[in-house]
Formats: sequence, C-alpha cells, structure tokens
Amino acid sequence: MRYALLVQGAPYSSQASHSALRFASALLARGHRLECVFFYHEGVYNAARLAAPPQDEPHLHDAWCALNAEHGTQLQVCIAAALRRGMLDEREASRHGKRGHSVEPPFELTGLGQLIDLGQNVDRLVTFAP
Amino acid sequence: MSSHALATGDLLVILRHAPHGSSWLREGLDAALVAAAFGQSVTLLFQGDGVLALARGQQAGPLGQKSTAPTLDMLAMYDIESLFFVEDALASFGLTQQDLQLPASGIPVTAIPELLAGHKQILTF
Repeated sequence: MRYALLVQGAPYSSQASHSALRFASALLARGHRLECVFFYHEGVYNAARLAAPPQDEPHLHDAWCALNAEHGTQLQVCIAAALRRGMLDEREASRHGKRGHSVEPPFELTGLGQLIDLGQNVDRLVTFAP
Repeated sequence: MSSHALATGDLLVILRHAPHGSSWLREGLDAALVAAAFGQSVTLLFQGDGVLALARGQQAGPLGQKSTAPTLDMLAMYDIESLFFVEDALASFGLTQQDLQLPASGIPVTAIPELLAGHKQILTF
C-alpha cells in the first residue's frame, strides 16, 4: 500500500514524532511505500535544521532525513503553519528580510493543498498528533 | 432505530479544541477551507471542547489572537454547510442551540461512528 503520514506534534514535546517514525519503519519493513510525511500545526518544528538533541536521545530531524534518503519519502511542511512559527527556508528568509534560515532540504515548504491532495492520492493517510 | 441519514462526503474534519487556548481550531478550519477550495465536500464535527467554537459573540480579545468567528462565517461561502456537534458536549457547557453562531445539527455520541463511516477521509484537530 501507499501511505502518507500527517505529523502535528512538536519534536521532544509530544510522542507524535516518535510514534510516527516507528510506524514508518514498521510499514516500510512490511514492504509498503511511504510517499510523504506532511508536517502541520506544531509538527512543523520537526523541520528545524538546527535541532541538536543530547546524544542519548533519538535525533528526530536526522531520522526524518534518513527516511527521505533511503526511501525517497517526501518531507513536506505547511508553509502557513511554518512561517508564523519562524520556520523559514532560504527563499522565504530572504523574502522576509531575515538573516539565516531554519528549514532546508530535504524538508520543503508547501501549501496545505498538498495535504488534501495526499489524502486523495494515497491508500492511507495516518495522523500522529498529541 | 436510526432513521435519518447523516451526512456523507469526501472529508470529515473533527474539531476537538476550544478557540483561543491553542491554534488547533484555527488550523483545523484552515484545512477544511483548503479542502473545500479543492472541490471536496467537507463536513465538520464539533466534539468535546470544540463545541465552544460555535458559541455566538466571540471576539479576538485583548491578547490579539486572530478570532475564529469570522472564519466560521466564511464556511458557507466555501459550501461547507454540513455542521454537526455532539449534543452532550454542548449541554455540558450549559449551551443550547440558540447560543450558536451558525446552524448546526446536534447528534448523540452514538451517531459518531455513522458519521465517520460516511466519509472517505477524516482529519482530527
């Protein structure tokens, strides 16, 4: 089956990201495909490129990037939810006259329409929220 | 027993949070509006604290958060007219249908599974 995940919990604040990652590896191990993870609400903080958790904790940002590198899973971040929380890629940072940026590939800022599109085009869209 | 058919559609958006305390309601409504703009038929279910979103006379208040009341008024423009709330939840706040900003249908908790089953996709906020 073709899956997509919707993650709405901030990393290290709620269980949502941890559970979503475990679900992702379980479904991939069963031979399913994970097309996309969409980050909305406080889930957008998962895209923070400067995340530096202590070494004895799972590195959630790197785990998302590994999903992309190993399985081609797209990592899409709702741009409206991201911008108001200070999550900007290089393009948005320069557009808003900000020094530095907080989001970089493989995470991409995209519209909420992508989430609706995903819901229509994958077999299962599973939500992980606090 | 259950005779009246509840709504069916492409997307059911479940709203479980009151306005103002968090951005759940606002971001949930945004998702509903975008889905409707994409041509999907959207139903809203106000559940638990979420029923407070329907209460009449809400304003932004001194904190300067964006109010959700104007967004609710826009629902009809997006053809989102299928609105449900859980009866017990509304009653638990001492509210009745007369206190609501928009026409919405009350359903008992036992009718929720039918509403879920009638939609291809469900997003919970």
